[in-house]
Amino acid sequence: MAAVQETIDQVKSIDVTEYKYGFVTELEVDKPAKGLTEDTVRYISARKNEPAWMLEWRLDAFRRWKTMTEPTWSRVNYPPIDYQNIYYYAAPKMGAQPKSLDEVDPAILETYKKLGIPLREQEILAGVAPENRVAVDAVFDSVSVVTTFKKELAEAGVIFCSISEAIQEHPELVKKYLATVVPVTDNYFATLNSAVFTDGSFVYIPKGVRCPMELSTYFRINEQNTGQFERTLIIAEEGSYVSYLEGCTAPKRDENQLHAAVVELIALDDAEIKYSTVQNWFPGDAEGKGGIYNFVTKRGDCRGKNSKISWTQVETGSAITWKYPSCILRGDGSRGEFYSIAVSNGMQQVDSGTKMIHLGRNTTSKIIAKGIAAGKSDSTYRGMVSAHRKATGARNFTNCDSLLIGDQCGAHTIPYIEAKTATAIFEHEATTSKIGEDQLFYCQQRGLSEEEAVALIVNGFVKEVLQQLPMEFAVEAQKLITISLEGSVG
Amino acid sequence: MLEIRNLTVKIADEDTQILNGLNLTVNDGEVAAIMGPNGSGKSTLSYVIAGKEDYEVLDGEILLNGENVLEMEADARAAAGIFLAFQYPLEIPGVATMTFLKAAMNAQRRARGEDELLTPDFIKRVNAAADGLGINREMLRRPLNVGFSGGEKKRMEILQMALLAPSMCILDETDSGLDIDALRIVADGVNALRDKSRGFLVITHYQRLLEHIVPDTVHVMARGRIVRTGGKELALELEKSGYASYGEAA
Repeated sequence: MAAVQETIDQVKSIDVTEYKYGFVTELEVDKPAKGLTEDTVRYISARKNEPAWMLEWRLDAFRRWKTMTEPTWSRVNYPPIDYQNIYYYAAPKMGAQPKSLDEVDPAILETYKKLGIPLREQEILAGVAPENRVAVDAVFDSVSVVTTFKKELAEAGVIFCSISEAIQEHPELVKKYLATVVPVTDNYFATLNSAVFTDGSFVYIPKGVRCPMELSTYFRINEQNTGQFERTLIIAEEGSYVSYLEGCTAPKRDENQLHAAVVELIALDDAEIKYSTVQNWFPGDAEGKGGIYNFVTKRGDCRGKNSKISWTQVETGSAITWKYPSCILRGDGSRGEFYSIAVSNGMQQVDSGTKMIHLGRNTTSKIIAKGIAAGKSDSTYRGMVSAHRKATGARNFTNCDSLLIGDQCGAHTIPYIEAKTATAIFEHEATTSKIGEDQLFYCQQRGLSEEEAVALIVNGFVKEVLQQLPMEFAVEAQKLITISLEGSVG
Repeated sequence: MLEIRNLTVKIADEDTQILNGLNLTVNDGEVAAIMGPNGSGKSTLSYVIAGKEDYEVLDGEILLNGENVLEMEADARAAAGIFLAFQYPLEIPGVATMTFLKAAMNAQRRARGEDELLTPDFIKRVNAAADGLGINREMLRRPLNVGFSGGEKKRMEILQMALLAPSMCILDETDSGLDIDALRIVADGVNALRDKSRGFLVITHYQRLLEHIVPDTVHVMARGRIVRTGGKELALELEKSGYASYGEAA
């Protein structure tokens, strides 16, 4: 109740025709020539001081990528991407990896401040109860600039650092788990990412540890013509728990920029990983000029018995979204969950959903997907639920609802369901509805403005999913949804 | 006070004219009933007063306390004191009734430059009004009108009317779909709100409702205008003779 009011107030106070995070930070930048060759891969690896095995791994991926072709099966349209016209690495010039915040370029700190991401631990500590603290890994273009609360986390045995650092400091863990969930040749963009990934987060939660605070990574694309290739790896050992959140923004630019990420989660026996995303990449302008191509492979492996992975995503940004956070339910009794809100407006295109692959016995999964399409946007839910013949007693419940605002947008649902065991029980529910003129008139007759009425109806529609987000992010996400839909009616 | 002068209205994007120079006055404290055959334009009149966008006003004016409301959006008219109890109240899935009520009350208060209600004060008011209408608290937590029976939806309209305290209440076919017990509860709710500073316009096809909400004035509407005006006995006369003498089937 209070949250709805807060949303309405926030919307009123914001100049909503502007993408709020569209500013550019002027910095001296270190980057190689445009284009992608073996030399580019060597350059990136060298910049990161990587060991030889890592370079070999990248080069192998690059050679395989050259033999592959871009997939065309999704319901999105875009002109061919010129992979030779992209910068594959861009890092703010700051010498060696900063040891503390004092060594980070003040312009970068200012950027995160403007984005509302606190990086100074003492500022976060002031007035925040320990259980509400959030540790942040801030990734700026191709490098992680800082990771907060590392010391506190280390006391609990938790490793939270950039993937570049993990390759240096924890090579045994990286070697053991990297690409075990998303194989190098899984798909075109994942292979590309394997060759040129620049930074991302690494999380390791030891056996029996409940991570003492929320972990979060904040991705910012700043440089022009630059792709961001994030790589994230999260490992939850037996009986551990972690909740992780990622946020993303980028400046307003006329050209399209590529973001091709790979995220891998591994949950061992009785472990639980909760992964939340609030994605607000620049969506392009009203005519569809500019915006991020968000081509992402996210997959979790419930490797252990009774393990649990849950994906929650709020997708409001990007010109094109192509992502299917999935769960491989390998361990007996494991559980996968996917909660999604995808909002599209203007000329945005979304093809998103999930895969729940039941391999173990008595595995369960739940999918709640809410798509909201406005303007001239197009939104597709694509989901696969499958049960292997050994996955006896597998259960899935899927609910995907679409809400249309206006009459120039589209919503599509493409479910793939495949059960190879007779004992599987799969349920699928889907609805498509429209915010009706009559519904709006009814709300307005009671005194709500048109914007307030849309905000209220949309919040009602997505409530089930918002409840899955950590409290403070739920409020943020709610604001974001309302802002994304501003001007969509009338 | 509501004054309607020479109101002439057609459906937007169509040629069909529904209201043909309608004149009507409802004074503060007055309960006026409009009766008429189906298709005479009764519901259209209620929508046009409330500001629905599907209509085009060709001529005339609607004054609320001397101010022309035709230039105002529907939400501004609501804040100015116009309330329409819908014949078919809309469902708002996922939005708890309490949430909706608070959003509506505070939106109107903001529009009038008043402070928003404090939550305890709000809850106290809602509970008191709900108790008066036999609406249980559990229902207030459910999404507005979703899965409510016809009678529950109508009671919810009256609850909103009570909480928003409008100066001009329009009831569009409030009796439709109600059994006699539900009708009595709804009518009692309306009667409790009768006040010398508040006008009512009760639109109905049947005389039945007017046994419970006794009007001061009865207007007969046909072909988009008021064709006859009288006291409450006019309703009884219509009940006997039907609308045939007004040139239309009942």
